[in-house]
Amino acid sequence: MSKVSLNVNGHEHHLDVDEKTPLIYVLRNDLGLKGPKLGCGLEQCGACMVLVDGKSEFSCSTPVAAFENRAITTIEGIGTAENLHVLQQAFVTERAAQCGYCIPGMIVAAKALLDANPDPNEEEICEALSDNLCRCGTHARIIKAVLRAAQEIRG
Amino acid sequence: MTLSSSFSNNPDLDSWLHIHADGRVTVYTGKVEIGQKLTTAFAVIAAEELDVDLDRITVQTADTALSPAEGYTSGSMSMENSGTAIRQATAEARRVLLELASEKLGEPVETLTVTDGDVGGEHTNQHVSYWDLMGDKQFDREVTDGATPKNPDQYRLIGNPISAKGIDGLVTGAMAFVHDMELPGMVHARVVRPPRYHAGLKELDEAPVRAMAGVIEVVRDGSFLAVICEREEQAVWAAAKLAGLAVWDDKNALPSADIFEQLKNNPRESFPLADGVPQDIPVQSPETPAKAAATLSSTYQRPYIMHGSIGPSAALACFKDQGLEVWCHSQGVFPLRQAMAGVLAMPEESIRVSHVPGAGCYGHNGADDVALDAALAARAIPGRPVLLKWERADEHGWEPYGPAMQMDVQASLDDEGRILYWSHETYSDSHMGRPADHGEHSRLLASWHLENPRTPPIPQPNMGFQSGIHRNADPIYDFPDRRIVKHMVRELPLRTSSLRSLGAYANVFAIESFMDELAHESGADPLEFRLKHLTDERARVVLEAAATHAAWGAVDREDGHGRGIAMARYKNQKCFAAVVMDLSVDDFGAITLHHAVIAADAGQVVDPEGLRNQLEGGLIQSASWTLKEKVDFDGGGVLSRDWESYPILTFPEVPTIETVLIDHPDQPFLGAGEATQGPTAAAIGNAIFDAIGLRLRRLPLTQDRVREAAAEG
Repeated sequence: MSKVSLNVNGHEHHLDVDEKTPLIYVLRNDLGLKGPKLGCGLEQCGACMVLVDGKSEFSCSTPVAAFENRAITTIEGIGTAENLHVLQQAFVTERAAQCGYCIPGMIVAAKALLDANPDPNEEEICEALSDNLCRCGTHARIIKAVLRAAQEIRG
Repeated sequence: MTLSSSFSNNPDLDSWLHIHADGRVTVYTGKVEIGQKLTTAFAVIAAEELDVDLDRITVQTADTALSPAEGYTSGSMSMENSGTAIRQATAEARRVLLELASEKLGEPVETLTVTDGDVGGEHTNQHVSYWDLMGDKQFDREVTDGATPKNPDQYRLIGNPISAKGIDGLVTGAMAFVHDMELPGMVHARVVRPPRYHAGLKELDEAPVRAMAGVIEVVRDGSFLAVICEREEQAVWAAAKLAGLAVWDDKNALPSADIFEQLKNNPRESFPLADGVPQDIPVQSPETPAKAAATLSSTYQRPYIMHGSIGPSAALACFKDQGLEVWCHSQGVFPLRQAMAGVLAMPEESIRVSHVPGAGCYGHNGADDVALDAALAARAIPGRPVLLKWERADEHGWEPYGPAMQMDVQASLDDEGRILYWSHETYSDSHMGRPADHGEHSRLLASWHLENPRTPPIPQPNMGFQSGIHRNADPIYDFPDRRIVKHMVRELPLRTSSLRSLGAYANVFAIESFMDELAHESGADPLEFRLKHLTDERARVVLEAAATHAAWGAVDREDGHGRGIAMARYKNQKCFAAVVMDLSVDDFGAITLHHAVIAADAGQVVDPEGLRNQLEGGLIQSASWTLKEKVDFDGGGVLSRDWESYPILTFPEVPTIETVLIDHPDQPFLGAGEATQGPTAAAIGNAIFDAIGLRLRRLPLTQDRVREAAAEG
């Protein structure tokens, strides 16, 4: 065990964990942030995605120590039920969730996209979400939701 | 009014709803929410009949301690069974509540009105609420056929756009899946499976693992192996270490001959079908009618495919005071309890199984197996809750797959291009692998590996209407004569069970591909050819709606672009669905889907967007099966162990979709969650033929298949 410092959703945390621990277990089990989902542990499905310094990254296999001094944002830091982010509201409006297991990762990846490119076309959205797997087949609605959110963000 | 069959085991009105004193209403279902949003549809149905706001309704899903027993959530039956039951139960409750209100207010039922649970009398101008009348009380009566549900012209909710129940929790990450549960003192576990189905544990030095940080227990029972740790990552690491240390015997390789050879050559039981029901009589050979101008035959093949849930199977279990409590994402908590009671040698009553959402499962995946795994682990440390998750390789390698299938189809046309005779034979392993009470046998994976193992029961051919292998084997078209045969094949290599739509996906792929082949042979347009053989009015409307919406026949397409159409009625008695698919095939054989149109008739529509979501999701999943998916294995075991070795459709590969719903407010609900699986596959195959003139008959329809077909000419 060693001390690891993490900045998550704007808060500093000092944790006593094995520094080899993949970030996701620390987020979920030490910080109680269950939004990032464990899907494959292999960086193949995107369910675990979080924002790291504004970019979407897998959290399921990179050791927690690699995230020190970086700003981590999980789905919980993007919006809450009382205060939904525009993207989350767009997912609700488009009914862009079936089982919903992949959705936190989807919204994280979509936020990274919109922060960098507020006016993406469908192709750019698909490219940005190409690391995120959905098995329920909600893709077409997710694309619509991201387009809707982009439009609303641009005003 | 015919009462829902769900009442036969659960006749009490109190099994279906409870009016709380604080103005909430709980509706109970024995079905489970697996992303299909049946909780939304059920809440809408109940709110409609009771005349209360939708927000007052909570739907309690399957729990052996709380809910009515409704078997498995499968076969697109939830709306028809549970949805109808909830409609009838809430209509009955409303009738009782109005009678009580009438007595209380001194005014006849006829002049009472209900606004959000508040009953008002037109003459007395007095009010009383449901919560005052029945709050936290029991109805203490059985559901009768005495209450008439509302007429569709009185609806305020049904069929109108509404927000999905619980979707806020999905987009914020706040909703707890079973993977996210936490109980005081909870610890984490992982399993270590043998490298192959039937390999046995020969040697294991546990000491190095027991010495690892956080290891609480190594659970070993025969060849069943699991490790329990304080922290989750410790369990992952300890399991990896255990896997490296375990020495397995090397016998019992999987039969590795070509699977389609095995399907044709292995022992089998064969049954001709009459009206969708297998008959225990000898199978006759196919015929060629005297008037036949042309006779064609084709063979279509589907490999093993997997459910491929995005979330690996998980369960939480705790042994306490001689009892066992399990939280899991099984589609059938009551049958699972029976199955677990057998393996654990416990009375059923001392086990409680509660459904907690998991990631979408699309049929019988690892959800039940992991529940036993968690229980076996938890039994080693009574009093402490154990959360056990499968790793990705466990999920890919051990779930029960959708069986490999072969369809041999033959048909004769007369000289006017009309089908005179149709023969369809399906070869497949069983699609029915769900656990239940199987006596000395068990279908739960871990039970096969225990010191005192149970073996899986020999699957019996399902002789029911439209079940498993022969689901949708019988075309909905009108032919003067037909021969439909089911072959249940034995001794096949991989573990199989129910995957969304069961046999229907491959049977419809074969039927609807072959209809196109016959249309081509007779020089007819594929749509016209289908309509010529289709008298079912609702089926015609759906087919024509898809064609009209897609402007069938009007498009002048570029080279390499193609369009295909296909349709089916799920189980020949559920939802009607037609698909038109536009795609292109490039010079290298790579296939790109562009646009899809779905038309569907699911009877009365309760939640239109929920229904669209099911149909569209089915289309995309089916497109993934059709273009990409195949479980690879050899004598050593399953090779498809992650998303690289078993790729599925990704965002850049998904088509745009338009969906047309044909609503019949006066008709019963028709289950729709599996309706687009088959038509999508055939529409893709037919579009590929339209694009490049090559007929692909072995799934998946990959670039390599296109090249092989081109090479064969």
